[in-house]
Amino acid sequence: MSSEVALDIHTGVSSLHDAHHSHDGHEHHHHETFISKYVFSMDHKMIAKQFLITGMFWAVLGGLMSVLFRLQLGYPDSTFPWLEDILGKWAKGGHITPEAYYALVTTHGTVLVFFVLTAGLSGTFANFLIPLQVGARDMASPFMNMLSFWFFFIAGIVMLSSIFVETGPFSGGWTAYPPLSALGDASPGSKTGMDLWIVSMALFVVSSLLGGLNYIATVLNMRTKGMSMTRLPLTIWALFFTAVLGVLSFPVLFSGFILLIFDRNFGTSFYLSDIFVNGAGALPNEGGSAILYQHLFWFLGHPEVYIILLPAMGMVSEILSTNSRKPIFGYMAMIGSMFAIAILAFLVWAHHMFVTGLNPFLGSIFVLLTLLIAVPSAIKVFNWLTTLWRGNIRFTPAMMFAIGFVSLFISGGLTGIWLGNSALDIHLHDTYFVIAHFHIVMGVASMFGMFAGIYHWFPKMYGRFLNNTLGYVHFWITIIGAYLIFWPMHYEGLAGMPRRYYDYSIWESFKQFGDLNRFISTVAMIVFATQILFLANFFYSIFKGRKLRSANPWGSNTLEWTTPIRPGHGNWPGEIPEVYRWAYDYGKDGHDFISQITPIGADESVH
Amino acid sequence: MYLVIAVVILFFVVIFQIAKASEYVAVLKGEKNSKLQSNKINGFLMVAFLVLGLIGVWYCNELFFPKTLFRFGSASVQGEKVDSMLWVTIAVTGSVFIATQILLFWFAFKYQEKPGKKVFYFPHNTNLELLWTVVPAIVLTVLVVIGLRNWFSFTGEAPKDALVVEVTGKQFGWIFRYPGSDNQLGKKYYKNIDNASNSLGLVWDDKMSHDDIVTEQTVYIVKDKPCKFIIGSRDVIHDVGLSQFRMKMDAVPGIPTTMWFTPKYTTKEMQERTGNPNFAYEISCDQMCGNGHYSMKGIIQVVTQSEYDEWISKQKPYYFTAFPDKDPANSKLATDSTKKVVVSISLPNTQKSNSKI
Repeated sequence: MSSEVALDIHTGVSSLHDAHHSHDGHEHHHHETFISKYVFSMDHKMIAKQFLITGMFWAVLGGLMSVLFRLQLGYPDSTFPWLEDILGKWAKGGHITPEAYYALVTTHGTVLVFFVLTAGLSGTFANFLIPLQVGARDMASPFMNMLSFWFFFIAGIVMLSSIFVETGPFSGGWTAYPPLSALGDASPGSKTGMDLWIVSMALFVVSSLLGGLNYIATVLNMRTKGMSMTRLPLTIWALFFTAVLGVLSFPVLFSGFILLIFDRNFGTSFYLSDIFVNGAGALPNEGGSAILYQHLFWFLGHPEVYIILLPAMGMVSEILSTNSRKPIFGYMAMIGSMFAIAILAFLVWAHHMFVTGLNPFLGSIFVLLTLLIAVPSAIKVFNWLTTLWRGNIRFTPAMMFAIGFVSLFISGGLTGIWLGNSALDIHLHDTYFVIAHFHIVMGVASMFGMFAGIYHWFPKMYGRFLNNTLGYVHFWITIIGAYLIFWPMHYEGLAGMPRRYYDYSIWESFKQFGDLNRFISTVAMIVFATQILFLANFFYSIFKGRKLRSANPWGSNTLEWTTPIRPGHGNWPGEIPEVYRWAYDYGKDGHDFISQITPIGADESVH
Repeated sequence: MYLVIAVVILFFVVIFQIAKASEYVAVLKGEKNSKLQSNKINGFLMVAFLVLGLIGVWYCNELFFPKTLFRFGSASVQGEKVDSMLWVTIAVTGSVFIATQILLFWFAFKYQEKPGKKVFYFPHNTNLELLWTVVPAIVLTVLVVIGLRNWFSFTGEAPKDALVVEVTGKQFGWIFRYPGSDNQLGKKYYKNIDNASNSLGLVWDDKMSHDDIVTEQTVYIVKDKPCKFIIGSRDVIHDVGLSQFRMKMDAVPGIPTTMWFTPKYTTKEMQERTGNPNFAYEISCDQMCGNGHYSMKGIIQVVTQSEYDEWISKQKPYYFTAFPDKDPANSKLATDSTKKVVVSISLPNTQKSNSKI
């Protein structure tokens, strides 16, 4: 279906260029200036790098914020005069104020969930891998793709600007529940800071939709000849489901934000009722429901977890198979389980709301559907394990991170079974148990997926390798650190220690964890510093890394490795190759690997 | 501070240089050999990580489990079911955790690259896939059944004889209201709220409100008697978190919620059981509610029935706080001059309460 004709219509410019290249055989772009190549680029590969590097910027900032608030949690009684130098009035006397603490926690959450693990992860790899792995010259709409990045960029600028507002950035938690987020009188962060927060998020939703529609259109319409849906690498399936989830759920979040804007600025009462704020008196709003927002928010919020997780799962599947030199086990079951996860993702949102006074019967339905998700998740884990079984495993840094992902996904996924069961959730809800759970399964695991992807596809992005030794150091410190940070938090949660507390020392029930908090903070700083080491490796290797000598360094089957070492805009200098088989013929009939573009041999065995 | 940063940077530079050098060595030694070597090292580290990790899991439990107070069990009858459910869930997820982590890292070690090894081409196997679809589904069904039975018992109606207390969250504290001798909570309307004399906005036209007792920060409930909280909020969303009773419920402005439980031990008994003379049943706000969130503490005093009866008999209806002149105790003692002042203060309140229901 994805014939050349269709391609010519969609990416007319690039294919014309391409035809030209194949004639004179050397790569130079006629009309490309610095601006059109590096800034307002319409090449999906460049846009992917833009997403990646912007994501890295936000990851550093978000990570740094966590280091700052961990300082407060670990050392509530100490003062750090240098903090006042950096933060000014937010750290008077070298002590982070509650306002600043809550702003840091909120911004850390928002930035990491949306800017890093959504835009940075699927923005990078969907852009980079979809055209390369389905065999297309670019996205369905390169222009929309470019807009998608720039909307994300502006969203980031707006978010960044909120840090410098006098009343401070939004500080009501990344979920932004009204009435707290709706009433400036209830919290200074809910004044201008919240306006900027909503604007930033609205822009982000636009970016996400522009990107998502593009990914879906490209996967469905622009596959090369022979690339049937069931021959797609699992990365593409994962990114496809991710995009579908985003396109269907982000608009709901957007509608929730619109109503919030109305409540904040135009006197409506969608979320507000019966409120008396100290200092402001009784508000006129009556008849709204604060719970309505939570339904709208979590209708995105839960699929969002899978928007973050699925791309990591897809890349991990690909990397585990490639480096085990073995086909992925249960390819169709992998797609089926991702499909099941994508469907169920829309049907479990209220498990975030078990203690809101939700109708118990409704709650029971959500318990059932939530625990159902464990089934496709279990299938995926066992399939990954079986993929390793009797393989010939090469521990590239990408492979290490992929194995680390599986380990973390198991650890964090299993605690989901605790939290999804409403009767247990009553005790564990909004405690450190939840923090441990979602940081392991969604935060760190997806970060591991992202690192695996970066180590694996860096050679394709820049034509050079990352330093392996640094990769190993990075991996081992990060996985050990991640477990040291988040594993003990389960115990704090079991004791009922609530999230989002600035100081526990006044609490007889929770102050026994002071030493533990100090330990966690120390490890967090070490792990954060290690990520800087990774960044150094990344930027150094872009310019000075060991150069690739062959186009296919990992011995991989997928299409991106059939392009030149440094592909130009349009990806393949000649015709787009035709695909004859699935992406996972590793170790078949004694061949180490058989690329997707190799026709089926006459005496090849059938499986 | 700056010294620390300098040392860290120096440390990084050293690692970076070693890593760079190792790459050159790799090129000199031949890429294949050095890859095999690093493969062996990492394969070994995988097993080492597994073994040390599992020891770490055990050690972590030794260190921190005692601090969770789980060994004292739940302080409420309902919470016992939470605890027993917790043990079942730990048994299930714990064994899956250990088994899968062992498989993962053991496979990684065992099947590390060896030159000339032939891999097993194994793209799928329907029976295996069915196995790990059906078994988790069955196990989860069991967990769901246990969970939902508990869930419906926790969220079901409170027993008729339950002690009813209204709990209201505000930035940043808790207000409690007892229905008084008529056992009926009077009406309230949020526009009547006045921090000085009517913190809940009670409607004084409603006679049932006249004997309601209002306290702040500390609430008294009775051992072995079911206690039902009717929960609300004055401003933003709060949450009544009772970790020792294993209970939790949001306080939402405009939408009342409920929670009930039966305390098993008095505060005094708990102080003895835990050996901590400062032990208190603390109400922690578990829903982000503003900058004072972390300090929004309430105290539950669990006492015996006789202690409770004695305490409640000493409490004055809130009505008399709003209208001290109506208080029989006051009217006897008060002189004419104080009476006048009091009336003039309370007048605006009476007008307000007339404005709506």
